[in-house]
Amino acid sequence: MSQSIDYNDRPWLDPEAEPFIKVQSVSKHFGDFTAVDSVDLEIYKGELFCLLGGSGCGKTTLLRMLAGFETPSSGSILIDGVNMTDVPPYERPVNMMFQSYALFPHMTVESNVGYGLRRDGIAKEEIRQRVEDMLAMVELTQFRKRKPHQLSGGQKQRVALARSLIKQPKMLLLDEPLAALDKRLRVQTQYELMNIQDKLGVTFVVVTHDQEEAMTLSTRIAVMDLGRFQQIGTPTEIYEFPSSRLVATFIGNANMFEGRVTENGIDHVIVESKDPACSFYIDHGMSIAEGSKVWVALRPEKIQVSKQPPGDSNFNCIKGMVNDIGYLGGTSTYRVLIGDDRIVEITSPNLSRPKDGNPPIDWDEEIYLSWEASNPVVLTK
Amino acid sequence: MSDPAASSTQSRLLHRLSHLLQRNWRSLVLFIPFFWLLLFFLAPFFIVLKISLAETIIASPPFTPMIEWVDEGIMHIRVVIDNYAYLWEDDLYAKTYLNSIKISSISTILCLLIGYPMAYAIVRSSHTTKHILLMLVILPFWTSFLLRVYAWMGLLADQGTINNLLIAIGIIDEPLRMLYTPFAVYVGIVYTYVPFMILPLYANMEKIDWTLLEAAADLGAKPMTTFFTVTLPITLPGIIAGSLLVFIPATGEYVIPDLLGGGNVLMIGRVLYNEFNANIDWPVASAVAIALLLLLVLPMMLYQHMQAKQVEAE
Repeated sequence: MSQSIDYNDRPWLDPEAEPFIKVQSVSKHFGDFTAVDSVDLEIYKGELFCLLGGSGCGKTTLLRMLAGFETPSSGSILIDGVNMTDVPPYERPVNMMFQSYALFPHMTVESNVGYGLRRDGIAKEEIRQRVEDMLAMVELTQFRKRKPHQLSGGQKQRVALARSLIKQPKMLLLDEPLAALDKRLRVQTQYELMNIQDKLGVTFVVVTHDQEEAMTLSTRIAVMDLGRFQQIGTPTEIYEFPSSRLVATFIGNANMFEGRVTENGIDHVIVESKDPACSFYIDHGMSIAEGSKVWVALRPEKIQVSKQPPGDSNFNCIKGMVNDIGYLGGTSTYRVLIGDDRIVEITSPNLSRPKDGNPPIDWDEEIYLSWEASNPVVLTK
Repeated sequence: MSDPAASSTQSRLLHRLSHLLQRNWRSLVLFIPFFWLLLFFLAPFFIVLKISLAETIIASPPFTPMIEWVDEGIMHIRVVIDNYAYLWEDDLYAKTYLNSIKISSISTILCLLIGYPMAYAIVRSSHTTKHILLMLVILPFWTSFLLRVYAWMGLLADQGTINNLLIAIGIIDEPLRMLYTPFAVYVGIVYTYVPFMILPLYANMEKIDWTLLEAAADLGAKPMTTFFTVTLPITLPGIIAGSLLVFIPATGEYVIPDLLGGGNVLMIGRVLYNEFNANIDWPVASAVAIALLLLLVLPMMLYQHMQAKQVEAE
């Protein structure tokens, strides 16, 4: 069978697909400060797109420009083919779920949810019906007469979601939708959010600083820093093929080794690092000049641990001493001292129960770290 | 030399006293203001109430005592409600009360119309400007109230600053009659009481989550709709607090109608003053005062109720 791409789930790969949202070289300055720096972005219909970054990276400003609360200093924003750059928020076909939820404190759950419909002058009976349906979907029917201050955090979150979805927006913007919830509720709500998005087919744009949240939720992630996109891609692309050291360390953990390319073959690259002294054999070719400075990133879970030397190869193996063990139940994290002061982190699944109460690997034990030739990621910036 | 036994008793007493103080400091702290109110508000109130139930005589004090000891130990209590009946019968009083309420109601609305946008602007301004603007609102309190009212007399008089200016510019030929008219009274009351409207509104608005307004806009509300469906309802406690702080003292206002209104604007404060000083009719004056109090207790209770409800909601 020939390989064919299912464009339904990955519209950004379809050369014929027309993006639903087009952000064209948009900048936003606040005085001397540049919050968003000439950004281009295309989001497709039905995507669950995450803007991920630390605080002050410009992700919230970009979201607020999509909602219409901020006007871009330059550039334009197109939603469904219509230029929305200077359209006020109350005339945009998008809705937003606020981080603080921003529920109207003087209204009941019911009136909060119906607020958007009342603004459109829809008939009372239809409003009642649609509010009822929406409350049923978020399972808040019995709370419809309550005021926001009588609700728990999770309930407030669902009211906010219901209120922002009731106008059937072309795009829903979510500003840190799960930040105010505790961890257990957050995980549960994550999946609820994905189900609702799937059911309604609305395009979601989510701003978050939580990389785990971004990884689980999104079809694609844009990693932002200093007002620019560092990388845009699927969670797998971002994690397994980071384009820079910043992305590699921001998403998950990565052990970073600085080195030089000593050999650049057609099907392999060899990188020598000095601190710690180690040779990396990478099993794919790259367009890098020999002798140039690079960084090799190795994910903690992609390193194997053994007590005996794994083979007689000079490559992809390093000797160290266990400095610290973090036992997490399902996995253990080992902090291994290489040389005098270099620490390498390894995550390893606990596949079998320890015999006689002794852990398979103990403190201060000498161990060998090794990895497959396809695992290291070579980064040039 | 001190007796060691006595000093030990003394120290034990001191110890016990401090112990008592430690345990009951809450009641003590509450007792002091309570005692103050009792002494300087409740007691005078009952004295005034008592006088309002007496008759005028030419004597000192100029009213009949409530309790008299007739010989053979017989106590004679005299309670007269004629004064209240008189207030009811003579329509001067009803008219004055109504006029007072009318003037203070209109003044309250004017204060709200002026104070609301000001409070809003102060809250939405930057941190440094905010403090300067608040300072400017409070600044008039640093000069005497009486002095400021006299200043308005100078401004509004026939030969006053405003008239002279308007004539100099050539807008009018004859001076406008402003002083000793209801207009002057409104100017005086609104000018004096606007800070009492701004400050509670500011305190209320300062706590508002402004993303609520963004949420309303996001859901399709135009600025005007946002104002009436969100801003106004959530600032309602501030509006009520400010309105009562203006309405209640403005109703009983004496100085402003006297100095700026002359004899042309009848307000209850002036009537009260006349009864006391010109007519030397203390019982009727006291009845006027009690009636005024009853008239004002209602909105005050409403205010209390609103506050309690708000606290409950939070």
